[in-house]
Amino acid sequence: MKTVLQAQGLGKRYGRRWALRDCTIDIPAGHVVGLVGPNGAGKTTLLKLASGQLEPTRGGINVLGGRPAEGPAQLAKVGFVAQDTPVYAGLSVADHLRLGARLNPGWDAALARERIRLLGLDPNHRAGKLSGGQRAQLALTLGLAKRPELLILDEPVASLDPLARREFLQGLMEAVVEHELSVVLSSHLVADLERVCDFLIVLVDSRVEVAGEVDKLLATHHRLTGPRRDPDRLPADQDVVSARHTDRQSTLVIRTDAPIHDPAWTVSRLSLEDLVLAYMEKHTADNRRIALEVR
Amino acid sequence: MIWLTWRQFRGAAVMMAGLLVILAVVLALTGPKLAADYSTGIAGCVQDNTCVRFYDRFFGAYETPFMALSLVVLLLPALAGLFWGAPLITRELEAGTHLLVWNQSITRARWLAVKLGLTGLVAAAATGLCGLAVTWWSDPLDKSAPGGLALMAPLVFGARGIAPLGYAAFAFVLGVTVGMMVRRTLPAMAITLAVFVAIQLAMPLLVRPHLMTPVTSTFELSEANVDGFGINRDRGGYVEVRLNDSVPGHAGAWVLSNNLLDSSGRPVAGPEPGVGSVQVSTTSGPCSPSGQQGMGMCPAEINRLGYRQQATYQPLDRFWPFQWIETGIYALLTLGLTWLSFWWIRRRLS
Repeated sequence: MKTVLQAQGLGKRYGRRWALRDCTIDIPAGHVVGLVGPNGAGKTTLLKLASGQLEPTRGGINVLGGRPAEGPAQLAKVGFVAQDTPVYAGLSVADHLRLGARLNPGWDAALARERIRLLGLDPNHRAGKLSGGQRAQLALTLGLAKRPELLILDEPVASLDPLARREFLQGLMEAVVEHELSVVLSSHLVADLERVCDFLIVLVDSRVEVAGEVDKLLATHHRLTGPRRDPDRLPADQDVVSARHTDRQSTLVIRTDAPIHDPAWTVSRLSLEDLVLAYMEKHTADNRRIALEVR
Repeated sequence: MIWLTWRQFRGAAVMMAGLLVILAVVLALTGPKLAADYSTGIAGCVQDNTCVRFYDRFFGAYETPFMALSLVVLLLPALAGLFWGAPLITRELEAGTHLLVWNQSITRARWLAVKLGLTGLVAAAATGLCGLAVTWWSDPLDKSAPGGLALMAPLVFGARGIAPLGYAAFAFVLGVTVGMMVRRTLPAMAITLAVFVAIQLAMPLLVRPHLMTPVTSTFELSEANVDGFGINRDRGGYVEVRLNDSVPGHAGAWVLSNNLLDSSGRPVAGPEPGVGSVQVSTTSGPCSPSGQQGMGMCPAEINRLGYRQQATYQPLDRFWPFQWIETGIYALLTLGLTWLSFWWIRRRLS
């Protein structure tokens, strides 16, 4: 199966701080990939590495079979909508479309015009006077009309109100279906991604915690509730993601490919949000343990 | 990319073009009259040998526009660096639009090449044209300017000929490169200004005098190189000779050093630079104010005693060689900075 993005031991360091460490992922084509993690986890760094805005400090990254931003041909294959969807404030909407047409050999002028019409944007309107949602839509239009094979969006909806958020994601999904492109989009809110993603990467504190297709992730993660028990005494094929204990009861989130036979547990399904939270919690728990050991 | 660069730049370019046209019209309207005044004045003064006085009067009448125009040409390169060069990249970095444009199907190097090339060419061409227009207009004034404001004088040299073109190209690329490194418009403008001013001062003070080996020779004292004679009674009474920064027979030369030598060829330093003290009786003889002819014969007496002006200078006919050499130096600096900016955008900027 074709991969759109492949990273091996990828790392990026700013000064002494690692923004991304030891990242190894393999994203197959044809997915809408959600990249979630708390603020400052390294999402933007990973996306900028993928679009070629940044050079890796360590490791390698391969996007659609090429090195990111290697040349005009590679740039044409990857669309990127940056955080806060920057546009030229002094240029009109029509100017932006001309910009796209001039700078991209594969520009789809009909698609761009049609999208602007459907959005109800006045082509003569200055981009600096658009609302946040309209600006994001304009940036998305530029990204789509370039007709890339992979579209990368960095926190595209973070600054939008709920209605604009919904419209933006809806527009994105329609385009994905119509043009069969792969999408990677990041957010710190799982709720934004839940509706649109079928592949999920959880990035916490500059490391990839888990990555995989959403269906598979949901099928292999379970919440176990039962009498209090030490998590170390679980079967070997059950990885504990997070554990919570009260005096008499334990609640575990585990990952396993095998069915769970232990009758002591009440097994329940996880929502995507629960799953992501479990991984974030696991991370903070690990940190706490390290802190205690040091002491 | 050319379209986008033009689209972003056209406001500034049109404004610049407008100002240039106004300046050109004003110069074109007043220039011919200035040249005509000069030639009739020269024709008149040659007959009765009063050209020195004509020069003074003629230059004095136009000194203000002369200084103002020279200042404009001196300032233009700095303005190009500050307002076109420094913000060229920082404005994109500050607004985040570099992320938009770098993700179109065009490499950063090409983006920079078009932006830098187009804007830089316009900046250099505009300043160059302005410099040449002012050179043409002020030609009669340059011919009648006193030594300190002659063509080769540091203040005037940089506002004439093709040098402004070199300065503008350099200042512009300097602004772009600094902007790329500093990433913020205001600090980039401040640093660009500081660096450019430092280089513009270092050039006439440290480099330009040595572009070609200066000429050193000695001259008899005469009206052409002496501002005045005076008697200093404080220290026993001797004659002070105040030299002026010009060389007899080499009008418009750039005088780098100027000394009074005695008959054995030793410099005689006076109380301040450019002034030499002459050991000659001030109580009797030709240099005594109470004598028959007053001080009238004193200059001849001092010459007879073997006192000479020794001047080290760059003659006026080196004006164009100097212009070409200096423009070449700035062109090389510009190329170096251009290379640096391309290296930086590929390696360091993200």
